[in-house]
Amino acid sequence: MDGLNALLDGMSAALTPMNLLYAFFGVLLGTAIGVLPGIGPAMAIALLLPLTYTLPVEQAIIMFAGLYYGGMYGGSTTSILLNTPGESASVMTAIEGNKMAKAGRGAAALSTAAIGSFVAGTIATFCLALLAPQVVKVAIQLGDPDYLAVMLFAFVAVTTVLGSSKIRGFASLGLGVWIGLIGIDPTSGQQRLTFGIDQLSDGIDVVVVAVAVFAMGEALWIAAHLRRAPARITPIKGRWMTREDLSRSWKPWLRGTVIGFPFGAIPAGGAEIPTFLSYISERKLSKKPEEFGHGAIEGVAGPEATNNASAAGSLVPLLTLGIPTTATAAVMILAFQTYGIQPGPRLFQDQGPLVWTLIASLLIGNAMLLLLNLPMAGLWAKLLLIPRPYLYAGILMFASLGAYAANGSPFDLWLLLFIGGLGFAMRRFGLPVVPLIVGLILAPRAEVFMRRALQISDGHLSGLVNTTFSKVVYVLIALLIVAPFIWSRVRGRRTPPEGPVGPSSPTTGADDARVHANTEGA
Amino acid sequence: MRMTSLVRSAAITAAAALALTACGVSKTDDTASGSDSSASAQKLSGLRIMVPNSPGSGYDQTARAVSADLQSAGLSGSIEVFNQAGAGGTVGLARLVNEKGKGDLLMQMGLGVVGASYSNKSEAKLTDTTPIAKLIEESEAIVVSKDSPYKTLDDLINAWKANPGAVPVGGASNPGGPDHLTPMLLAKTVGLDAKKVNYVAYDGGGELMTAVLGKKLGFAATGVSEVVEQAKSGDVRVLAVTSDKAVEGLDAKPLKDQGVDMVFTNWRGLVAAPGITDADKKKLVDAVTALHGTDEWKKTLADKGWADAFVTGDEFSTFLTTESDRVAGVLKELGLA
Repeated sequence: MDGLNALLDGMSAALTPMNLLYAFFGVLLGTAIGVLPGIGPAMAIALLLPLTYTLPVEQAIIMFAGLYYGGMYGGSTTSILLNTPGESASVMTAIEGNKMAKAGRGAAALSTAAIGSFVAGTIATFCLALLAPQVVKVAIQLGDPDYLAVMLFAFVAVTTVLGSSKIRGFASLGLGVWIGLIGIDPTSGQQRLTFGIDQLSDGIDVVVVAVAVFAMGEALWIAAHLRRAPARITPIKGRWMTREDLSRSWKPWLRGTVIGFPFGAIPAGGAEIPTFLSYISERKLSKKPEEFGHGAIEGVAGPEATNNASAAGSLVPLLTLGIPTTATAAVMILAFQTYGIQPGPRLFQDQGPLVWTLIASLLIGNAMLLLLNLPMAGLWAKLLLIPRPYLYAGILMFASLGAYAANGSPFDLWLLLFIGGLGFAMRRFGLPVVPLIVGLILAPRAEVFMRRALQISDGHLSGLVNTTFSKVVYVLIALLIVAPFIWSRVRGRRTPPEGPVGPSSPTTGADDARVHANTEGA
Repeated sequence: MRMTSLVRSAAITAAAALALTACGVSKTDDTASGSDSSASAQKLSGLRIMVPNSPGSGYDQTARAVSADLQSAGLSGSIEVFNQAGAGGTVGLARLVNEKGKGDLLMQMGLGVVGASYSNKSEAKLTDTTPIAKLIEESEAIVVSKDSPYKTLDDLINAWKANPGAVPVGGASNPGGPDHLTPMLLAKTVGLDAKKVNYVAYDGGGELMTAVLGKKLGFAATGVSEVVEQAKSGDVRVLAVTSDKAVEGLDAKPLKDQGVDMVFTNWRGLVAAPGITDADKKKLVDAVTALHGTDEWKKTLADKGWADAFVTGDEFSTFLTTESDRVAGVLKELGLA
């Protein structure tokens, strides 16, 4: 095992007291900056990069690894506690995580996120160290038809989270697609749905929309109902995870790793789509699907593990091919370049020890993250004891800060208010919020992949299914649609009918918005 | 060709300007350091530099490097660099044009903003602004994967002309950006209708390079810095570069040495608000000229791998007008402007 030996060498290079101190600072700063909504890991690293310039290259890289994982992790804290996702990869965490926090189980949610991130990050980093060259060979063969097939798979899977009212679910999905398509069409260069407003031509930042519909919409809803709802203080239950939490979390952590790592490694994968898939699969596989929508711990454990695994995965094309596939990786290349290192296909050969130090540092940073955040979970969770008027005023300020920080544009604040109003209206009329976010992220990408696939095949429809991978995925999609019917038919024959039971029956999808209205509004 | 002579004369002017500043100092020898050459320029104060897109972008890096070097060379007091993102730079451009007469504001810009101002049908045009200097440029590369059937530029162009639809061209910019304009101008130069070009836009150089390596495309047009490492390792083949001369570290001939009469580079520069006084303009041009002579700036260029393309004032103004016409011409033909 050459890789393992090299990794151990890297470990010994990284494990000096001074280096550990830098790792600690990196993690601390990364978490602190990552907590701010609107400042995702890429921006956090870009902002903090100058700090590393004065350091020798190894220490810089160690600090950098801390910043990277710290920034990835920071987003989950605000998602869970304040319903304000710091970046698009932690949107799914907010859905169940915030419900848990409201039920007084914030500490458990934060703990499962922290441990899940650690577990997934560690396993994925080992995968990166040992499998990168093999993984990348497969990843690079995937093309637009394959990506399109995966998107369609996600779309079909997502219809199960549309909620109990399909019409409301599709309306919400439609709204998301609409917002997602605003901006310049990348193929023809034409502006779409921008109403002549220049600021809209770059499209609307996902973080602005997520913060608006989650945090802003909710704050407005609370403000509208505060006087009618008795002020009640949620008891904080437990400082940590219970045995039951743990036994419900470990499988989602591992599944999240399996879903997240390959998605991170494929160049157009990203971290959002695997978190959807993780959320959906946890919802389907859960023994207590009725808890989804009310704070199911699996819904936090899965997506959080997934986004960390995909963060490690996104280093695969960077380190093996020198290709940055995410904004964060692009910033990372800048960091390398400051030291005169040009990441490329020969990085492993030319700069072997340095690369292994980086990978070892990622493992160390990850462990440090756990040590730093786990004891804090109980403390953070107490944040929700703040009386609601102050708490929501704080959330609003935080949300505005985040929306502004994403692009430094005052226009985004207006957008935040407007979409926040939309989020309020959606709660009022019982439209679930999740499909909106899903449509917002999936639709524009699916469109791009479909058009590119058709462009490359010069307009022949066969261009959509001309790869083995895409064919396999389409078969899976067909199974996903047909299987429940067959399943219920088989069951129906064996046992007398007792209503729809199968995992994908429409009743399993709890209507998030209405559940919300019931718990908060009445 | 017009473009080449322009670049050459620009280079001469730049050299002359340099010599002048050096003379103005104290007739010291060639080792004039940053602080020496700054003596000829008035120290700026309260300068603001607007970046018309997001932090971390190419424009952002350039503006921040300019700001840092101006300050460390003592050419300016503290400088505020701020981002005004939107619509490929046209939001920032509109703001600059609105700040008419303000002599303390520079905007970082480049070829991308020229294209965006047309494709977004912006009312504000770069020709409205006061051009200060073109700073750097990057050549574009015509790239194929190592297994591509196209061994030479001629192979590629023949196949492309025979069936443009079957040779999809990838680029990492939206329509109106450098990677889009390169194949369009190339098509026009070799006698192919630009409308027939099957241009596939990718989201960033990483996605594009993956598509090239995965053999999904006929060829790709993108900045040379994106392909240098892949070319060195032999994973891709660079059939041509679009600059006037060959690019260091890249084994590829310019288009014009291969019988295609075209020179086109992606450049970045600085412009100021319209209607500023001649004194203000001179102050800014002098400061940037002095900056260009400093060791700090030379080091920045070397560290970042940027090619020097220094042109100032009226010369830059002429360049900007020609370039704008050229870009507008292609985009109009494509129905994009």
